[in-house]
Amino acid sequence: MATVQNPYKTTGILGWIDDRFPLTKLWKDQWGDYYAPKNFNWWYIFGILSLVVLVNQLLTGIFLTMHYKPDAAKAWDSVEYIMRDVPWGNIIRYLHSTGASAFFIVVYLHMYRGLLYGSYRKPRELIWVFGCLIFLCLMAEAFCGYVLPWGQMSYWGAQVIISLFGAIPVIGGDLVIWIQGDYIPSDATLNRLFSLHVIAVPFVLVGLVVAHLIALHEVGSGSPDGVEIKKLTNPETGYPLDGIPSHPYYTVKDMLGVGVFLIIFLGVVFLAPDGGGYLLEKPNFQEANPLVTPNHITPAWYFGAFYAILRAIPNKLMGVIGMFAAVLVLFTLPWLDRSPVKSIRHKGWMYKTALALFTIAFILLCYFGMQPPTPEGTLISRIGSFIYFGFFLFMPIYSKLDKTTPVPERVTYEAH
Amino acid sequence: MSNQGVDPGRRRFLTLTTTVVGGAGAVAAAWPFLASLRPSERAKALGAPVSIDISKVEPGQRVTVAWRGKPVWVVRRTPEMLESLPKVDAELRDPNSDEAQQPDYAKNEARSIRPDVLVMVGSCTHLGCSPTFRPDHPAPEVDPNWQGGFYCPCHGSKFDMAGRVYKGVPAPLNLLVPPHHFEGDNTIVVGVDPVGAA
Repeated sequence: MATVQNPYKTTGILGWIDDRFPLTKLWKDQWGDYYAPKNFNWWYIFGILSLVVLVNQLLTGIFLTMHYKPDAAKAWDSVEYIMRDVPWGNIIRYLHSTGASAFFIVVYLHMYRGLLYGSYRKPRELIWVFGCLIFLCLMAEAFCGYVLPWGQMSYWGAQVIISLFGAIPVIGGDLVIWIQGDYIPSDATLNRLFSLHVIAVPFVLVGLVVAHLIALHEVGSGSPDGVEIKKLTNPETGYPLDGIPSHPYYTVKDMLGVGVFLIIFLGVVFLAPDGGGYLLEKPNFQEANPLVTPNHITPAWYFGAFYAILRAIPNKLMGVIGMFAAVLVLFTLPWLDRSPVKSIRHKGWMYKTALALFTIAFILLCYFGMQPPTPEGTLISRIGSFIYFGFFLFMPIYSKLDKTTPVPERVTYEAH
Repeated sequence: MSNQGVDPGRRRFLTLTTTVVGGAGAVAAAWPFLASLRPSERAKALGAPVSIDISKVEPGQRVTVAWRGKPVWVVRRTPEMLESLPKVDAELRDPNSDEAQQPDYAKNEARSIRPDVLVMVGSCTHLGCSPTFRPDHPAPEVDPNWQGGFYCPCHGSKFDMAGRVYKGVPAPLNLLVPPHHFEGDNTIVVGVDPVGAA
């Protein structure tokens, strides 16, 4: 029986495949024939950069797993073995450890782009929700991975984070023992975090990334103006007047962006892999010791803001709730913003002020989350926490009251 | 496909019962996986009681032993340390040890069986860091009215010489006194209550 010929009329090997599998269709739908606004600025580079870092983490992770031993008695030595004896092992590990920080930098900037241009607004709510789930997975992944070298900060960080669950009334104590598989973080804990880190979480993460991209390419990209390019199409071709196909236009732009990113990223990997103690913390150059707490337990910088919120609240259970709420509130953003416009370019002073305060608060929280507790730090963290939550909780009010300017028909664009 | 001759009530019943039975099966199948994460028999065996010889512990000195992998402190308190306890009552969250952070036989002012011997789990009740021993006083950088005690360097929680928590710090509870008893004058067994005490 003859196959039904594919609609793209491809021939040869590609044609043979296309008759059986939608290869050309996938390429055209997802990239080749995917029309994106022609006025993307550099804020739109961080999506592709997240993908680049994800590939880096998967690739370096696979090779690290070939040398690492998930055993409390051997983990530390196996990481030292990777660093000293495995050919190129130190570079592979630094690519992975620096990649973790790079992942959070590009993802935070990617999310910030969303705040600037309203990328989460209808019809892109699900893209945002998938993105938040990716962020959650990323946090879990980073935490599990951080424990694996079994250094002092790995160990005590695990102790602090796992005991957060002990704040849950009634079942808390038993829950912590169940999570640890022991009365303290131990070999059992390390082994299960390893399992989560190398298979369970990455598996879910990659699935969510696919869902994030399918949803994006289904509804189309937003633009810095908040203009929907699908509204005005060329009557003959049906393509958006303000759109250009991702290939070759954004392929080329993204390649330049990836090049610039790699120069910076590899600069850090080669020249300053410990990032002055911020990317790899000094106590983690000592093996885990359950009887001695480091003088100052800091979270990795990318958890600083959430840790500062935890510490700012002088009640253990409420602190834990506050910390988790700070992440979960992100999910509700598409339904909090009641502004008639999407982009900050057409929003008024209220949103601009709120976003500026939120930005400052977030940076301060990140900073004070990493510092030893001081009365001033606690006070600033408390103010910062109020601003953080205020930005979201009052958004339905101020985004409605705010004076906005009309959104044009076409995107802002200067030929160059 | 024709729906002729179909009994919708019967079909609904079969769908429902199959879903219920299948759902129960799925829950039952999840149990071994979730239960496998509990402490293994080996981990439980390693949680056995430990004995501590305190004959060589000087007054004012602290020794640390591991019990269930957690640091357990034994502090031989001086009379001066014991006298300091009531001086900070006003600054404490739970000065009378009303919260069940100690066995009943240690629910007293010194939070111990013998006033001079304090036995305590050295993990902060906030997030499990191990506080540092700060018998030195005055120490205005810790607290204006510091009479000696324990200071958690992680998040700044403060405890007095009986492990009672100060107000206005992140730790919610006094430090935990583990079950323990004396065998003779100089041996403490951590992990087992005294005979007759529950």
